[in-house]
Amino acid sequence: MMKKYSAVVIGGGSAGLAAGITLKENGIEDVLVIEKDDMVGGILNQCIHNGFGLHTFKEQMSGPAYAERFKVRAEEVGLNIKLKTMVTHIHEDRTIEYVNPQEGYVTIQADAIILAVGCYERNRGALAIPGQRPAGVYTAGQAQRYLNIDGYQVGSRVFILGSGDIGLIMARRMMLEGAKVYGVAEIMPYSNGLPRNIKQCLEDYDIPLYLSHTVTNIYGKDRLERIEVSKVDEKLRPIKGTEMYFDVDTLLLSVGLIPENHLGDEAGIAMDPRIKGPSVDENYMCSIEGFFACGNGLHVHDLVDYVTLQAQRAAMGAVHYLKNGKPQEKECRVMPGKGVLYTVPNRIHPHNIDKTVEFFFRINEPVDEAVITVRCGERVLRQVKKKYLVPSVMERMMFTAKQLADIDGDITFEMEAVSHDE
Amino acid sequence: MYDIVIVGAGIIGTLMARELSRYRLKTALIDKESDVANETSMANSAIVHTGYDPEDGTLKALLNVKGAEMYPQLCRELGCRIKQTGAYIAACGEEEEAHLEILADRAERRGIEYAWLSNEEAHIQEPNLSDHVTKVLDFPTTCVIYPWEVAIAAAETAVKNGTELYLNHACTGIDRTETGYVVHTKDRDFDTKMIINCAGIFADELYAMVGTPDFEIRPRKGEYYVLDNTVHFVKHIVFPVPSAKGKGVLAVPTVYGNTLIGPNSDFSDPEITTTAEGLAYVRENITKTLKNIPLNMSIRTFAGLRPSGSRGDFIIEEAKDAPGFINIAGIESPGLASAPAIVEYAIDNLIRPRTALEINEDAVMTRERPVVMSELSEEERTEMIRKDPRYANIVCRCEQISEGEVVDCINRPCGARTVKGVKKRVRPGMGRCQGGFCEPKVLAILSRELGIPMTEVVLDAPDSHILIRENR
Repeated sequence: MMKKYSAVVIGGGSAGLAAGITLKENGIEDVLVIEKDDMVGGILNQCIHNGFGLHTFKEQMSGPAYAERFKVRAEEVGLNIKLKTMVTHIHEDRTIEYVNPQEGYVTIQADAIILAVGCYERNRGALAIPGQRPAGVYTAGQAQRYLNIDGYQVGSRVFILGSGDIGLIMARRMMLEGAKVYGVAEIMPYSNGLPRNIKQCLEDYDIPLYLSHTVTNIYGKDRLERIEVSKVDEKLRPIKGTEMYFDVDTLLLSVGLIPENHLGDEAGIAMDPRIKGPSVDENYMCSIEGFFACGNGLHVHDLVDYVTLQAQRAAMGAVHYLKNGKPQEKECRVMPGKGVLYTVPNRIHPHNIDKTVEFFFRINEPVDEAVITVRCGERVLRQVKKKYLVPSVMERMMFTAKQLADIDGDITFEMEAVSHDE
Repeated sequence: MYDIVIVGAGIIGTLMARELSRYRLKTALIDKESDVANETSMANSAIVHTGYDPEDGTLKALLNVKGAEMYPQLCRELGCRIKQTGAYIAACGEEEEAHLEILADRAERRGIEYAWLSNEEAHIQEPNLSDHVTKVLDFPTTCVIYPWEVAIAAAETAVKNGTELYLNHACTGIDRTETGYVVHTKDRDFDTKMIINCAGIFADELYAMVGTPDFEIRPRKGEYYVLDNTVHFVKHIVFPVPSAKGKGVLAVPTVYGNTLIGPNSDFSDPEITTTAEGLAYVRENITKTLKNIPLNMSIRTFAGLRPSGSRGDFIIEEAKDAPGFINIAGIESPGLASAPAIVEYAIDNLIRPRTALEINEDAVMTRERPVVMSELSEEERTEMIRKDPRYANIVCRCEQISEGEVVDCINRPCGARTVKGVKKRVRPGMGRCQGGFCEPKVLAILSRELGIPMTEVVLDAPDSHILIRENR
């Protein structure tokens, strides 16, 4: 007999734990969380730096400390977690195949599935950086794991490509461990990390940030010996004659995170190409009924607090679905317009909104001041002025159910920079 | 005293070692690299061409046709994957169509299966064929293999039959003796009656250690993109019409579902490095025969060197100025496809006349395929896990590879000694995360199974350390 659960959460990281706890707290008894690693907490376990929890707990804590709060709560609510268990396939009929050393291969049935599967790091392969293939080239998160979980130093002379947050945090971490960090190159003319990390991790340690630069060659037969860094033009093409060379033994890549969705893809869940994660509605429900998505497997977050928040909302969406079934009304799309990269959710059922719906979105380039306009056709639903917007910081905007009750078409988010030239 | 020392453990050297292990011979297989099949055999298009391309009268033509016929049986014996994809040669316009006639004529005379496809028929089969393609010549028996898998399996078989394998043993010099030669390496000398030169791009340098080479190896680089295995871009191998520059830029659906796009052909830069120019060439030229090319789904790029010989044809002969020194050189495309036939040809024509080949009754020429969990039925998997629960501990989430498979590939004869060695054998790191998640786990398993500290585990070469020291 196939075992049945009301809800199964795939992934026991920050999103999965929050979702599992919320399900239990809201009366869903038979919840199962499936985690591939031998402990819960996911990537938080290797993030030993401070800065987590400001929104959720109104205090600064490390990644493991933040995870600990949820582990404790998970125990309090009696959350059922399977560790060292890998989900191998999920199916449209909400069956889940997993494998672990205790049970072997098992198939279970769920009424609702929450995907909290996390993301993976873009790597050298995806960037196609020319040159040799020595040891000493790591993704920033991989190096972070070696250092903080396994307890090994990966190198002593370091350069970092990409100003994503993990790279910035690793710059500081490597310096504190006695390595020398020669610089960070960012192909864009602005940083992709949080402003606070630029300050605390680079400026405070006199690590140069080379904007509009990228790594154009890698040298070293066995271990990395040298890299070539070039300036890029406005089309991001390397400019000949601008080459700089750094004799480093370590190159860390912090060039973006991508939601890991091979399971969802295989099940036929529709993806939003802008976020590379599932398209979700106001309840974080995917294109296939009964599937929900949250965390970095939905879209990549800059703050864990928002991961928690969205995971809780996805869990509430699942609770709502388990009680009421799927919404019957027609959905309206939520589209990024000019100046906006994406919105989550990217579609809503206006009459299915329980009190409020919050939209998360990112803008496409840094601006000092901008007007954000949310419209439905010609009708302006909201217009606000905002200061100091950057792509690395996720923006949020809340609407009440009442405000969206009479929506009859697609909603668009637009950003227009305010010019102060005149 | 060895009967035979084979220098170079690529596809030729390893298949040679396996074939010679059938006989009562004392054989050593030596290579400067940390693993077998680590250079040319590691980085190529992975195709078993059927043999329509080489010109009449060449060894390439003779041995390609024969080698291609031998592969299905060889792969069965060695427990290796082979997939019959078929190959489309796509012509754009009348001039190229005329060239297809030449290929069809050769195929006809060589007994190679072929079929003509109209523009419409070909586009139904391969929707991503370029709109400029006007006619297609199909070679339906063309196969793809996993080249280093065959080499590893062959080496494993040879080692089990008594062949001595010495990796990280670069040949530093060769001296003549009364009975043959002595091959020097940093750690060890090999006294031998015969030497078989399978040194790939270094074949002329190796020959120069004993004689005056009458050929030159000019390494010719090819660069490739590898696409994620969720992309189903082509079902068949798609070639442009071959030209003087070679077979052109192709798309290859590999045995594990990834697609290769490449190669270029560059004599100017004989290093195993990818270049911005080379990859740009590939991007530009693949559009000759294909459209909608999903290069945004590329997970890796790589480069390989073809050991192009100055004579154009394969060189399989005893050195004129060094008796018992057998050159197998210039094994560029269709070298992989020809490999089993090259070995057979060399043994029959060059080795058998010099040495009594006495059958070793104990030799086992087959290798059972290692357990690959994803290939097993539910019952087989359950049984495997019951015997060893490590087969249920998944260490690589992209390719869903278990700890049991990793452990097995380390502990087999000719087992993995490096992170790259594990990757070649059971594929963690071949997926889209490129080792981001699984490398730390593979490293820990290597450390445990080999009984060495984590800091001694290497990516590939002896100095390619991944971790430099324990933290405090």
